[in-house]
Amino acid sequence: MPIATMLDYDFMRTAFAAGFVVALVAGAVGYFLVLRNLTFAGHALSHVGFAGATGALLVGLAPFWGLLILTLAAGTAMGLLGERLRGRDVAIGVILSLSLGLGVLFLHLYTAYAAQATALLFGNVLGVSGDNLRDLALLAVASLVALAAISRPLLFATLEPELAEAKGLSLRLVSVLFLLIVAVAVAEAIQIVGILLVFALMVGPAAAALRLTTSVKAGVAVSVLLAATETSAGITLAYLTDAPPTFWITLLSSAIYLLALLVPQGGRAAAPREGERAGLLEP
Amino acid sequence: MTAIELDRLTLRRGERTVLAGVDATIDEGEFIGVFGPNGSGKTSLLQALLGLLRPAAGAIRLFGRPPMHGSPICGYLPQRRSALADLRLRGWDIVASAVNGYRWGLPILGAEGRREVAWALATVEADELARRPIQQLSGGEVQRLLLAQALLGKPRLLLLDEPLISLDPHYQQSVVELVKRVQRTLGMTVLFTAHEINPLLGAMDRVLYLGHGRAMLGTVDEVMTSEVLSRLYDTPIDVLHVKGRIIVVAAHGEVEADAHRHDA
Repeated sequence: MPIATMLDYDFMRTAFAAGFVVALVAGAVGYFLVLRNLTFAGHALSHVGFAGATGALLVGLAPFWGLLILTLAAGTAMGLLGERLRGRDVAIGVILSLSLGLGVLFLHLYTAYAAQATALLFGNVLGVSGDNLRDLALLAVASLVALAAISRPLLFATLEPELAEAKGLSLRLVSVLFLLIVAVAVAEAIQIVGILLVFALMVGPAAAALRLTTSVKAGVAVSVLLAATETSAGITLAYLTDAPPTFWITLLSSAIYLLALLVPQGGRAAAPREGERAGLLEP
Repeated sequence: MTAIELDRLTLRRGERTVLAGVDATIDEGEFIGVFGPNGSGKTSLLQALLGLLRPAAGAIRLFGRPPMHGSPICGYLPQRRSALADLRLRGWDIVASAVNGYRWGLPILGAEGRREVAWALATVEADELARRPIQQLSGGEVQRLLLAQALLGKPRLLLLDEPLISLDPHYQQSVVELVKRVQRTLGMTVLFTAHEINPLLGAMDRVLYLGHGRAMLGTVDEVMTSEVLSRLYDTPIDVLHVKGRIIVVAAHGEVEADAHRHDA
């Protein structure tokens, strides 16, 4: 299809707008998610969302709201467990697979469209309606405002948890608030790339940004920029090639992350590690 | 003026009593080395001074008042963590994260906050280091940055938890000298916990030795003797002086160095 007519279609304009809105949230929230080493928690939240979305279908609600309710609930639980969750990959994994299993059951009981399942699992940015877009935008504003409000203590608690606690900050409160924001971001990202590929938007751009920048401000900016670029380029490529947007977005996200890995990190060549220097001092 | 007063202080961690009825008075401007085996209560004592751990009995007074959680009186350098080491963030951003870090809002510093960070970095001569990604810094250089962070807000009392861990002797000496210089210049009171006494010998005014729930406070010559340490640990201990170094040996082997050396 000729690229000139791309924006003549309503659904394409909505797709670009939705992609942009979600990229803003996923890029900004993802930066802190990667900084806090919580990527697996993000992954788990999206899977929990599957049970919520399919459960909502079953009782006649819009899947998005069921999804959001369950990710928010799971985010709160994870935040309250806090430190105790560290190293509990097995427990998280079990809940994650249980959620997918429940989702399959709900879909079976719903006895309808495999299309719904595919859209949930792999995203359907081209199917976003005007109403969806409005909801996505409102939630995006809410979560970005919330992120801005907690970003200073969040950064402090992430980089220097012991010091932050000593200075009177409640690490648990920060953790719960942040995971609530992550829950919203995950629910939004699912609309674009689906439950299984939330990593592509929440983690890929942020992880690349962390390798490309040396300050927080620049890091968040690059993360958002990459997420937005990958999403809109993905949608454009899908329009031109007929391959699904999710495929292109995941491809671009992985490719850019791999390219970022190639950027030299400087290493410690200029300043040898203590052990090596100690070795030189010993006769 | 008295900086720290421990009045029959008892500290518990769950069921375990780490300090039992400890008395000690530390004057303003003193540099105190805090020693003792793992689990003897060094970290617990610092946490109690920070107001993070409540005394089970007895009292603590910092400059005449009970410790307050989050008080600006205390500067704190927690035990070194590895989480920071892999980041590409500049040292400056890491140090600056502590400026008003407990307040809500965006992490944007005003002119005053930037001056504060610049002052702290200049005090430990880390201006240059702060421009480099923390990933590229050695352990000693990271400690220097984190010391700058502990100085933010010009605290009167500096609590340093094992700043020498996993540093080789050359860097240990430079960290001790740096802390000593800062303490002199700013007139701070310093509590410096460590496993080994030797790197701190020239810098300390007095020694606080913890063990078996008890504490012994005095000059190096007063505390580091076979009689005092044997009494503290209820077991025969020899204190040897070898070429200006002190070696502590228990019946079961070396008390100080080998028994609790951390893996670097």
